[in-house]
Amino acid sequence: MIRSRYVAIIAPLGFIFLGVMILLAIPQTRPVVEGFLNGAFGGRNHFNLFSTLARFSILLGMAMSVLVSFRAGLLNIGGEGQLVLGGLTAALVGVYLPGPPLYVSVVALLAAMTAGASWAVLAGLLDRVAKVPLLIGSLLLNYPASYLASYFVSHPFRDVASGATQTHRIMTEARLPRFPGTILDYGILLIGATAILVIALEKTSVFGYRVRMQGYSYGFARTSGFPTGALYYRTLIISGMIAGMTGYTAVFGLNQRYIDGMLTIPLYTWTAIAAVLLAAIIPLITPVTAFFFAMLATGAVGMERSADIPREIGQIVQAVIVLYLAGVGGKMLSGGTKEDH
Amino acid sequence: MFLDSAIIESIPRFFTPVLLAAIGSALCERAAVFNIALEGMMLVGAFAAVVGCVYTGSWMGGIGFAIVAGAAFGLIFSFFGVQRGGDDIIVSIGLNVLAIGLTAFLLRALFGVQGQFEDPRIVEIPKVNLGPVADIPFIGDLLSGQSILVWFAVLMVFATHFFLNNHYFGLRIRAAGQNASALRSVGVSPERVKTVALVACGILCALGGAQLSISNVTLFTEGMSAGRGWIALVIVMMCSARLPWILPTAILFGLVDAMGFRMQGLGLPQQLTEALPYLLAIVVLIIAFRRKSMRQQALGQSES
Repeated sequence: MIRSRYVAIIAPLGFIFLGVMILLAIPQTRPVVEGFLNGAFGGRNHFNLFSTLARFSILLGMAMSVLVSFRAGLLNIGGEGQLVLGGLTAALVGVYLPGPPLYVSVVALLAAMTAGASWAVLAGLLDRVAKVPLLIGSLLLNYPASYLASYFVSHPFRDVASGATQTHRIMTEARLPRFPGTILDYGILLIGATAILVIALEKTSVFGYRVRMQGYSYGFARTSGFPTGALYYRTLIISGMIAGMTGYTAVFGLNQRYIDGMLTIPLYTWTAIAAVLLAAIIPLITPVTAFFFAMLATGAVGMERSADIPREIGQIVQAVIVLYLAGVGGKMLSGGTKEDH
Repeated sequence: MFLDSAIIESIPRFFTPVLLAAIGSALCERAAVFNIALEGMMLVGAFAAVVGCVYTGSWMGGIGFAIVAGAAFGLIFSFFGVQRGGDDIIVSIGLNVLAIGLTAFLLRALFGVQGQFEDPRIVEIPKVNLGPVADIPFIGDLLSGQSILVWFAVLMVFATHFFLNNHYFGLRIRAAGQNASALRSVGVSPERVKTVALVACGILCALGGAQLSISNVTLFTEGMSAGRGWIALVIVMMCSARLPWILPTAILFGLVDAMGFRMQGLGLPQQLTEALPYLLAIVVLIIAFRRKSMRQQALGQSES
């Protein structure tokens, strides 16, 4: 079984490698590959590499949020709502809170994390108190959250002068500084540190062990006397906090305001879920798959520029990977948790 | 105050897409396939209907394309989820992303536009005019002048109910859900039964999408299914996939949608009224699952 799984992974990689080689060999299709590579890594002063990294930073944040809950066997797919509310809260604090820049920045971060965490806990309460399955409850909560954000930026808090549906610019000094000469901001450090913390703690801390065991077998966790109730909410809070923080970095780093749809239209959350699944919910591999999907998206933009192929091809490839993976991976999510709940 | 003829007339438009998807979802639920790709199947159906209209110049072409696309998505689900034994949730996530990417990709590849596609070649599905019935207040508004798919959806509720309870294949679908090995022991492949359920579900969802794109309006916008697939799933969950309950529940959601649409006319922001069905869904689920868990608790106590 194990051996056939390796084959299942290596065989398509071989095919892809072969395919890319063929594309490179034929002069007509060569620009497609070059466009992809250029879109993902090239550009003047490696501009595109930095936009890949900027995207990677958001994907990694969301992937960590998803990872924490999936690892605990909690199918929290409401990351989108948590991300959006985090971003919106951060933007509102950044625009309207007076005070020294550092203070504004820190308050915005904390507020965003609180917003994300409360939305996750709300889904948890729906599950635990009202018995609405977490998968459905967390997903349904996405929609009110994004409609609410959409309402806020198109009516009460809209920067009417700009013409677009977006908030005003946040306090300029409070934004996350950028690496000199690039568009990449320090948000990636924040998220990178969080990712390292999550990966390390998952392996080494008692809490991480308990979360993992709860994910493998809820019954085992309970029989071992783990505080499963508290673990459940703590996991969701951490997951929501990371999502909220990701929203904060997107607003304070990338755009410096909240623009309607900026966190939902690129399908960040679904891509992050795909990345976590592609990594088979293994923490150490998740950053790699997150980077892969970030590269896929920006590379597709490059292909659109050079070969006039619509950039949505990136999403299609991503979906095909997820489907293939489901066929190989078997019952990864529902198989392990169904009987326990 | 709210219930004037315009609102009543719009209710079927709002509930039909959800109802069609819910029937399909109920079939999957009965066959124990956890299909949460309804959203993607609807989106693909909506897009395929527009493509069909444009290339054949007739609404029947639109319906035909939608059916093919829906069936294809059902087959893809079946291949990865049933034949290869993949996780239903992961397959669904993949299909939903695939639908978003594929429709946006083809929108640009075929028509060269982004976001929204409007074209005079998109023909509307004909509406059934009931003649004298149209003059009856309220009932006339509700029944007359609705698209063919509205009637198809309502009839499908009863047909599917009858089919599941009486037809041998309906029984097989339920058997595949309740005890697959028993079904296998009498020489029927549960995988094949599940595949049929999935294909039927794909077709029904796609028809729901067609109602959205070539009947309610005659255009396609990216992501136009806008969460209706999830609402359909909620309806099926709260009705425990019992069809007689699905129709009134879907009508309730249609009513809320229609009211929300009206409130927009009264000056309430669109974003808030569009959130209404989801809030209703959450409330309704809380009630439904509360009762379910209380019932289970009561059962548990009486047994012990």
